[in-house]
Amino acid sequence: MSYFGDIGKGIKTLLSGMKVTGKYFLNARKEIITQQYPENRDTLEMFERFRGEVVMPHDENNEHRCTGCQACEIACPNGSIEIVWDRKVDEETGKKKKYIVNHIYHLSMCTMCNLCIVACPTDAIKMAKKFENAVFDRTALTKVLNKPGSKLMDGVEE
Amino acid sequence: MYDFTGLIQGINKWLHSILPAVAADVVGWILIAAAFLGLFAILGLVLVLAERKIAAFFQLRLGPNRIGPWGIFQTVADAIKLLLKEPVGTNRADSFLYNLAPYFVIIAALMSMSVLPFAKGLHAYDIDIGVFFVIAMSSLGVMGILLGGWASNNKYALLGAMRSGAQMISYELSVGLSILTIVLLSGSLRMSDIVASQSDYWFIFKGHIPAWIAFMIFIIAGTAETNRTPFDLTEAESELGAGFHTEYSGLKFAFFFLSEFVNMFIIAAMGAILFFGGWMPLHIGGWDGFNHVMDFIPPIFWFFGKVSFLIFLIMWFRWTFPRLRIDQLLTLEWKYLLPMNLANILLMAFIVLMGWHL
Repeated sequence: MSYFGDIGKGIKTLLSGMKVTGKYFLNARKEIITQQYPENRDTLEMFERFRGEVVMPHDENNEHRCTGCQACEIACPNGSIEIVWDRKVDEETGKKKKYIVNHIYHLSMCTMCNLCIVACPTDAIKMAKKFENAVFDRTALTKVLNKPGSKLMDGVEE
Repeated sequence: MYDFTGLIQGINKWLHSILPAVAADVVGWILIAAAFLGLFAILGLVLVLAERKIAAFFQLRLGPNRIGPWGIFQTVADAIKLLLKEPVGTNRADSFLYNLAPYFVIIAALMSMSVLPFAKGLHAYDIDIGVFFVIAMSSLGVMGILLGGWASNNKYALLGAMRSGAQMISYELSVGLSILTIVLLSGSLRMSDIVASQSDYWFIFKGHIPAWIAFMIFIIAGTAETNRTPFDLTEAESELGAGFHTEYSGLKFAFFFLSEFVNMFIIAAMGAILFFGGWMPLHIGGWDGFNHVMDFIPPIFWFFGKVSFLIFLIMWFRWTFPRLRIDQLLTLEWKYLLPMNLANILLMAFIVLMGWHL
């Protein structure tokens, strides 16, 4: 008699499926998940783990945490990061020390794989949530991350 | 009350008074054809928009909302886009059949729409085999799909068309037999008689359980007849590209697309006429006061209300059930729906014979 049992079971499962979707339909007004993008631009907050571009945070004294170790440049699989560095004599110890001239980041080549952030020993760079990266000229995609005149924060190397 | 007969006859008389008899008839036909074509276009636009909006709400989205308030002009914009599109065809297609196929589909849909009663007196062609005519015309529509699939010279189109053939031939039976169950109750194939005989109770209440079973089978088989999910094997985007209309673009694609939605309207209208009394308001035998109150709502609202409810039901199916495999599709028809249907007809015949219906 499983024939009639199958029919009954079939109808029951069809109805329970329709109950689920029907509930969604009736409550659709309350829990719509669509974001209306250009209108909500001011209030739009990307989620926490979003990776938009690599940035180097600077504090209020225009100091960053990058020592110029080039770990990020080595970690990058597609060569998006180039570090131009130099040495200068440290006044306290009198030794020659490495510092960054330009931390160059090619957004056009970056795949947002996060390997540079993981590789950085001093947490000098991080991923920003900015996502409107379209520009009319591709040279604008090559960015210098350290601000002009910035220097290394004290105590990073200890 | 709300009888269109006088209005239609008035127009007819007026045409005859200002024109010679033959010309008046021709003008009358043209007017009717224009009305149906207009209804066809409006139905297409409204139903596509309704489908997209309802789909969006089932999936907790907003749906089209950019063109016009709440996106109501979205489908108009889509139609204009399709009209302006270049018709691209395949090189080795059988061009005569390829171009003919969309017209088959659209003419079949229009012909079956012509016998539907929309309200009292608003009935283009009250033929005495109306129900039979609709069944015949809806099976003509599959010709267009088969031709389109064959003439496109494309394996996916052919596969889609062949599936459609198998599906239509199978489910035609179920639609026909479930309609027959109701014809047993009404004793007539004429649409106006069917509607008139539901003036005390709608057939779905009159026929007790067999009518409910027949309605269930009708709505399942009707969904399959219109090639909608969960029976859209003919299109099956994930397997066949777009099935039988893979090679169609522009206006010809729009014809296939439009006729799918109009076919859904026809199935819903047939369901409303056969099971829910067509334009007949909700009447309960003996409750004269209640019936009188119900009569205040114009029949055309009753008709379109019932039809939109059934259309919503079919859309609800679409956004709930996954697509059937071809063997599951044929199993459902030949092993379940058809035997149930035959047993149901016997039961209904017995009920009618004993006079147990309301």
